[in-house]
Amino acid sequence: MALMEVNNLEVYYGVIRALKGISFQVNEGEIVSLIGANGAGKTTMMQSVVGIIPKRSGTVIFDGQDITKTPCHKIVKLGMTQVPEGRRIFQELSVYENLLMGAYSVKDQQRFKEDLEAAFERFPRLAERRKQIAGTLSGGEQQMLAMSRALMTRPKLLMLDEPSMGLAPILVDQIFEIIKELNAAGTTILLVEQNASKALEISDRAYVLETGSVTLSGTGKELANSPEVQKAYLGG
Amino acid sequence: MEVIVSTLINGLSLGGIYAMIALGYTMVYGIAKMLNFAHGDIIMVGGYTIFVAMAVNNPLLAVLAAIIVCVILGVVIEKVAYRPLRGASPLAVLITAIGVSYLLQSLAQIIFGSAPKMVTVYEFGSVEFLGATMQVSSLVTLGVTVVVMTVLTLFVKCTRLGRAMIAVSEDRDAAQLMGINVNGIITITFAIGSSLAALAGLFYLLKAPNVSFTMGAMPGIKAFTAAVIGGIGSIPGAMLGGILLGIVESISYKIAAIAPYTDAIEFSILILILLVKPTGFLGKKRREKV
Repeated sequence: MALMEVNNLEVYYGVIRALKGISFQVNEGEIVSLIGANGAGKTTMMQSVVGIIPKRSGTVIFDGQDITKTPCHKIVKLGMTQVPEGRRIFQELSVYENLLMGAYSVKDQQRFKEDLEAAFERFPRLAERRKQIAGTLSGGEQQMLAMSRALMTRPKLLMLDEPSMGLAPILVDQIFEIIKELNAAGTTILLVEQNASKALEISDRAYVLETGSVTLSGTGKELANSPEVQKAYLGG
Repeated sequence: MEVIVSTLINGLSLGGIYAMIALGYTMVYGIAKMLNFAHGDIIMVGGYTIFVAMAVNNPLLAVLAAIIVCVILGVVIEKVAYRPLRGASPLAVLITAIGVSYLLQSLAQIIFGSAPKMVTVYEFGSVEFLGATMQVSSLVTLGVTVVVMTVLTLFVKCTRLGRAMIAVSEDRDAAQLMGINVNGIITITFAIGSSLAALAGLFYLLKAPNVSFTMGAMPGIKAFTAAVIGGIGSIPGAMLGGILLGIVESISYKIAAIAPYTDAIEFSILILILLVKPTGFLGKKRREKV
């Protein structure tokens, strides 16, 4: 069953048509990747779906509800969160306060405590640094914090924009491991990545985005074996 | 000795008024990232509200009325004039703010005329202190300002709403992704800023019991200077800058040779401080995100 359905999404920056009517869907329980080069429109797609960037046309259906015109802060409450590109943690707040902000829409204190413990269990480094100002964390720790912050709402759909960006290879592996674990625990994942080989490896299905259009789609394996993808994105 | 004490006391009470206005400037700038140049004129509207409400001769009621009117005005201005410009260039917002400022002044002039109106809110009387006469109203001004600064600091640091304000100030998009209603937070910020302007209007009237349609202009600019000197966006910085500017002004007025140049001296201090420490005394340097 489709958890999220994006139909003919079009986005303009001024007169520039950044997304030329893209359609894709994410089914419940899947890991879906969008791969593509710099400037293909991956981040634009992520930001327009959640309402940070306005859509020119097209529709977004999430969990059976039309959220095309729903403001961003309300979409989050429906069960869809995003770890933005570049992590975008709140630098001036402590690790704990960042997690508190992640749970901004959660009124239940007991649930917050459970989620906080789960986050610290998943990333013990964050527990050690809970009072530290987030701006002083390393890149890897910031990524852990950004993911934990997004998970505080217990999303049905977790969208990750370039989670491996700027991280050491060992950390990249760890992040992808955790994405798999989260998925196994029932969270649907939409992943945007430049690291195509890693992304395709863990994806059930994937789409290739090129200059604002979806040019290819298939299962993770199919795309990983496709000559076009290998030539353009996998260095083959 | 007597002169020094009375000059200092005068400076502190003037500084308290500037600090109160500067707190409003700095809150709005810190969170909404815009300079609300109409802030001074909200003080003026507060002043006229007190003038009108004093018809029933109840100071507390008059102050309450001023706060309510100013909060509504601030929220409406934000919604009508500034919100449509969200995402526009900062210059467009700045020019709009100046436009709002002139609009408020002209409206007040049309309604109340250009002649200043006398209004006595409350006579606190005076006390002797180290040989100098001190207005009790000065103490009240200073005391309330310190309390407001402390409460604001604690509010921003320790409450859910306050932290959401920091989040919005740092990264609006990320804040939205946390489920924070950015427009709502900015509305609340304007409401807080405007209520501080109403209080500043009251303190102004306690010191100089005249309302006129331009009464907010100069204190507004001075308080903006104070906020920048203290580090715009910083709550304690606004207090520090306000007090500092008040004392400088008070001393300068006492020295006959430089008294006529007082305003020039104050603004020169601003330029000097910006040259030496562009972030102001307590301002933080922020990395601009690309």
